[in-house]
Amino acid sequence: MGIDFQHVVELMPDITKAFGETLYMISISLAVALVFGLPLGILLFVTDKGLFLENIVVKSVLGFIVNMVRSIPYIILLVALIPLTKLIVGNPYGPAAASVSLSAAAIPFFARIVETSLREIDKGVIEAAIAVGATPWMIIKDVLFPEAKSSIIQGVTLTVISLVAYSAMAGVVGGGGIGDLAIRFGYYRYDNTIMIVTVVILIVFVQLIQFAGDWISKIIDKR
Amino acid sequence: MIQIKDLSKIYTTKERVVKGVDNVSLNITTGEVFGIVGYSGAGKSSLIRCLNLLEKPTSGEIKIDGLNLMKLRGRKLRQARLKIGMIFQHFHLISQKTIYENIAFALRAAKTPASQINKRVTELLEMVGLADKRDVYPAQLSGGQKQRVGIARALANNPSVLLCDEATSALDPNTTLSILRLLKKINKELKITIVLITHEMNVVKEICDRMAIMQDGKVIEEGAVYDIFSGPKEELTKEFISSVVSFDVPSAILNKCTGRIVKVMYKGDVAGEGIISDTVQQYNIKGNFLHGSIEYIQEIPLGIFLMELQGDNQEVEKAISYMSSRASLVEVIDHGN
Ligand SMILES: Nc1ncnc2c1ncn2[C@@H]1O[C@H](COP(=O)(O)OP(=O)(O)OP(=O)(O)O)[C@@H](O)[C@H]1O
Ligand SMILES: [Mg+2]
Repeated sequence: MGIDFQHVVELMPDITKAFGETLYMISISLAVALVFGLPLGILLFVTDKGLFLENIVVKSVLGFIVNMVRSIPYIILLVALIPLTKLIVGNPYGPAAASVSLSAAAIPFFARIVETSLREIDKGVIEAAIAVGATPWMIIKDVLFPEAKSSIIQGVTLTVISLVAYSAMAGVVGGGGIGDLAIRFGYYRYDNTIMIVTVVILIVFVQLIQFAGDWISKIIDKR
Repeated sequence: MIQIKDLSKIYTTKERVVKGVDNVSLNITTGEVFGIVGYSGAGKSSLIRCLNLLEKPTSGEIKIDGLNLMKLRGRKLRQARLKIGMIFQHFHLISQKTIYENIAFALRAAKTPASQINKRVTELLEMVGLADKRDVYPAQLSGGQKQRVGIARALANNPSVLLCDEATSALDPNTTLSILRLLKKINKELKITIVLITHEMNVVKEICDRMAIMQDGKVIEEGAVYDIFSGPKEELTKEFISSVVSFDVPSAILNKCTGRIVKVMYKGDVAGEGIISDTVQQYNIKGNFLHGSIEYIQEIPLGIFLMELQGDNQEVEKAISYMSSRASLVEVIDHGN
């Protein structure tokens, strides 16, 4: 074992390409998760018992779907969604294709995180808003969202880090990215250098995300 | 103003069924400060929260300004709530928004034109004495200041009623007093009817005109605060009153007394104080003060003295009947030996 720098330089184009693909997959699926997971999480919260848009039917149906998707291991979801991926992207390989299943996994994951963040809000603040005669939309926009913002940012961090892990799995079935690189070189060719480099990149990347997430969440919190 | 009729709120949980509010009827008149007291769990919060339907009553009727609240839903209910301000023990401000934004939120709920919001917030902040805190976040304020913001927010849309759920219970005595003064000012100057709940009799004594005492979801006694303080009927009421007007004399002292022990109470007139000295002068008896105080309830004095009368039995009898003719109440507590 040991690092062969010559070899790293040689493979630099492959490494940057793979890292770029990973970023691409994560960005797309994170964007999708934010766009769909945030409203879904809010909906899960406000339709709960005792809240201002209480609706048992909506709550249980959404909750069931979310739980269902979340109970499927990612690798199975990846395979199961191949037909859907073909429909959306055209082919089942590559980073764009992997983004479909990554998004599918990230939406319910992030939605639950949002719901949990909202649950931490002091119920009294919501009540005070109701007492003042605010509309549900005002309460969501000016009370729920700002009050949970800091905690939701932490949730975004968690989602991104999970996506890093999932995206590496997507690599196994030809999704491209860092995981793909590690499999092709590190596993099939016993290339320790590449293995170590990918591991280091992933560690640094995750640390950076965590650090950035903590920092943002802290500076926006006015408590 | 506020008519509550046969109001009940029943909580059904897995383990048990609790009557939070049990068949309560009350009439609260325009412009008064109405206090509701009771121990923890008596149902005070449940009752006051029914008044703006934060809690949905199980049965009964609530009318505010003639409007039957329980018939309202959705937009109509929100509109009614604009006219019912509420403040809370723990303030419940939006922690991530500035004081300005917190108050503006209430104004936007009433669809106040954006051009008027700034002016109105400034006005409200001046009224509660926080003009310099407009761009600060709630975390940077003291409890009393947060409650002032709560009050500004509650008054933003010129409500006709202000509901106060233990509004001073999280504050120290001085801050409590300043918040009570502010509430009184609001009541007098803006002519806003105030309903407040508390477990502190001092709060009631300070600002309430009328009051009700609650126990196990029921109102067990109600009336003008002065009347209740000077003539409590129920045991629980007496217990509450005793925190302000206490007649407890240590039993060791009572045991030492040989004469007759009487409680003398006079209402409304400080000159009543002369009763005691007049009595002692006119009759051949000796009087010992065991306890005495004059409480000002709504600025009307209420004097209560506990004294031991010693002397010839007949003289004492005469003295007591003389005092009875002048004081509001003379009660023999112990006949002595
Ligand atoms: N959401 C609820 N679910 C079940 N029971 C409740 C609920 N809210 C109140 N209760 C019960 O109703 C009764 C009255 O409660 P309430 O909060 O109105 O009392 P309170 O007089 O305000 O007491 P405190 O001084 O402690 O605030 C209590 O027995 C309480 O346990
Ligand atoms: Mg309470």
